[in-house]
Amino acid sequence: MLSRVASSIYWLNRYVERAENYARFIEVNLNLSLDLPRGTAEQWEPLVATTGDHESFASRHGKATKDAVIQFLSSDAANPNSILSCLVAARENARSVREVISTDMWEQVNRFHLMVREAVSRGLSSQNLHAFLAEVKANSHLFLGISDATMSHGEGWHFARLGRLLERADKTSRILDVKYFMLLPTVAEVGTPFDIIQWSALLKSASALEMYYKRFGRISPDDVSTFLILDSTFPRAIRYCLIKSEDSLHAISGSEHGSYQNQAEKRLGRLRAQLDFGDLEECVADGLHEFLDHLQEQLNGVGEAIFETFFAPRPIHSTIPTAEAQ
Amino acid sequence: MKFSQYDPGEFYDELYEGTGQPRPGSALLLRKFASLSEGELKKRQQAAERVILNMGMTFGVYGSDDGHEQIFPFDIVPRIVEPSDWEHIESGLRQRLRALNLFIDDVYHEQKILKDGVVPGELIYSSKGFLKACWGLNPPRGIWCHIAGIDLIRIGDGRYYVLEDNMRCPSGVAYVLEARQVMKRTFPELFDAYRVRPVDGYPSHLLETLRYLSDLPDPTVVILTPGIFNSAYYEHSLLAQKMGVELVEANDLVVMDGYVHMRTTKGSQRVDVIYRRINDDYLDPLVFRRDSVLGVPGLMESYQKGRVALVNAPGTGVSDDKAVYAYVPKIINYYLAEEPILQNVPTYLCSERRDRAYVLEHLDQLVVKATNEAGGYGMMIGPQASKQERADCAKRIEADPRNYIAQPTLALSRVPTLVEDHLEGRHVDLRPYVLYGRDIYVLPGGMTRVALRKGSLVVNSSQGGGNKDTWVLS
Repeated sequence: MLSRVASSIYWLNRYVERAENYARFIEVNLNLSLDLPRGTAEQWEPLVATTGDHESFASRHGKATKDAVIQFLSSDAANPNSILSCLVAARENARSVREVISTDMWEQVNRFHLMVREAVSRGLSSQNLHAFLAEVKANSHLFLGISDATMSHGEGWHFARLGRLLERADKTSRILDVKYFMLLPTVAEVGTPFDIIQWSALLKSASALEMYYKRFGRISPDDVSTFLILDSTFPRAIRYCLIKSEDSLHAISGSEHGSYQNQAEKRLGRLRAQLDFGDLEECVADGLHEFLDHLQEQLNGVGEAIFETFFAPRPIHSTIPTAEAQ
Repeated sequence: MKFSQYDPGEFYDELYEGTGQPRPGSALLLRKFASLSEGELKKRQQAAERVILNMGMTFGVYGSDDGHEQIFPFDIVPRIVEPSDWEHIESGLRQRLRALNLFIDDVYHEQKILKDGVVPGELIYSSKGFLKACWGLNPPRGIWCHIAGIDLIRIGDGRYYVLEDNMRCPSGVAYVLEARQVMKRTFPELFDAYRVRPVDGYPSHLLETLRYLSDLPDPTVVILTPGIFNSAYYEHSLLAQKMGVELVEANDLVVMDGYVHMRTTKGSQRVDVIYRRINDDYLDPLVFRRDSVLGVPGLMESYQKGRVALVNAPGTGVSDDKAVYAYVPKIINYYLAEEPILQNVPTYLCSERRDRAYVLEHLDQLVVKATNEAGGYGMMIGPQASKQERADCAKRIEADPRNYIAQPTLALSRVPTLVEDHLEGRHVDLRPYVLYGRDIYVLPGGMTRVALRKGSLVVNSSQGGGNKDTWVLS
């Protein structure tokens, strides 16, 4: 597979997944604010902080009002990570590999892109925002389903899954982190029904509530973290994402599990082992937020290694023709 | 809608013989249209447009800032070509492509045709399409132009004429394939009733044509594209997809030890045949434009040594120079000792003193074209131009006569086209596609371009043109 093509498939999937997760970000906050006790101000600042784009936001919008944050995350063409920008980028990447992906996949990306564009140009309001976010998630799921059902599960598909799951691992860690930034009205509220409501809203936005209940039955902050970080079977849990990413990486290079041929496998393998053989207590010894922060850095490292290993235009020694050619 | 009142006017109409009188092949189609309920045709047009939008069938427009993509304008009334007409077109195209290939080969070798005084040498040497780098070149299997798109028009006398030979990188075939898909979704019942010759075979014929150029049992074929910002990118990727070959950009290719390779996730892989959709100038910065970032250094040398095949061969542009065009009937006669089956449009060469004088005096009646431009750029339509535009054109001709030709303004045939909720005649041309491999294959169909603006004669998509499906009946 051409390096450029592999890179485009990887990014196509990262962008689709990113768009879906931005929809989830906004949802978690909408859910949280609906349940706020009377007299408490809505908190939109934490959401921007979670995405890591707070500097770009502050420089252009200043105060984090509800409208500004929603616009920034969904329809702001100047924010390269907004849902709109993600779809534009996803489509450009799909367009550059149209001959490699199936027609059904292409048409789905194209429809998804049109849907977002049309919704943005009609204008997003509190009346249609929920429906829009639901549609973004559904379109992303549809793309995933079509990919699984119409693309050969070969090298290209593994690059797709790699991109999607690394993106998802990063975003799940950020969804979990929202709670860190979210201030409770008073310290005394920790562990109160209100705190519980926030944790379940968070699970809900990761589509994790039902699966969580099946495993733990009732909400406790530690169990929520355990579930979203360490579960090996829930598809949005970080550990699950790393396990499957690693499978794809080995499928691409053909090397055995437990060994490595390149930096990408080495870094990802090490990160995965940390979650495989660690428990929550160890993970969050220095604090949950600090752990998640570090995890995001390590994921970035894996992404860089993938770029260096597979995508970077490696200098191939070329024989320069002599003057007789002219 | 009153189909019985459709008036072809003073033009040759492809579907109607006279007012309300369909031609034999069109009767069924028009009866079907007449049986649709009020507004249904318009609804189907809108449905077709939605399909096109969802398929992402777009073309790029140079100089537009918003995303540089446009939906391809499409009209759901097809052009119908009777079997006997098609037979005539097909034999004419075969003849033309054979003769032009012999001509190109001669021009880069012995130049017999120049020595015999049939074509003036000066015309060839002054052509921008004539490449010194191709001198003495022997392309694989002796074929220079493997893929041609030859523009035809029909005028009042009902005969087809060749308007332009496109022998470099003719585009548009993707729209032929996709237009058919759209029509099948829009009018499934018509395809049951009609015997329309399929066009879906084009990609496999194309792949066969490309593979034929290599001696290897299983050669690696790629399409070389300038990238997603090229106006024909949609076509490049569609053809790669339908042939199951890699679509590469120049940066994906590298010449190593004299052979062309592509960079893959598992190292480099040799490439044997390149269907290149970039212009000659940009193929290889070592030979052509040094400023080109699109090219592959060393590609030409590898090609000259027979280590990779390029399709079309570089240097074919000399045969579709609009001034050389005027000599094609003589070229056919010279190499094949046959009379041309398809006629040329009368053409005045501004490089000839007498022709030039005539052109300058009759600018208000003529269409003036730049000899090395394509896509309708550099064209002046005398009867529709302002006085100022004609004066500017005269100045350009006098400054560089070799660069201009002129032709009478022709009354292009028309095809009924949906305007709001009724049909109006709009002018069309036809670009069939011809492949030259083991033998010559003519795709039964082609791109019917339609000037959607009332009265307009310019069918180029860059200038308000659209597309129709072309039904060759069997």
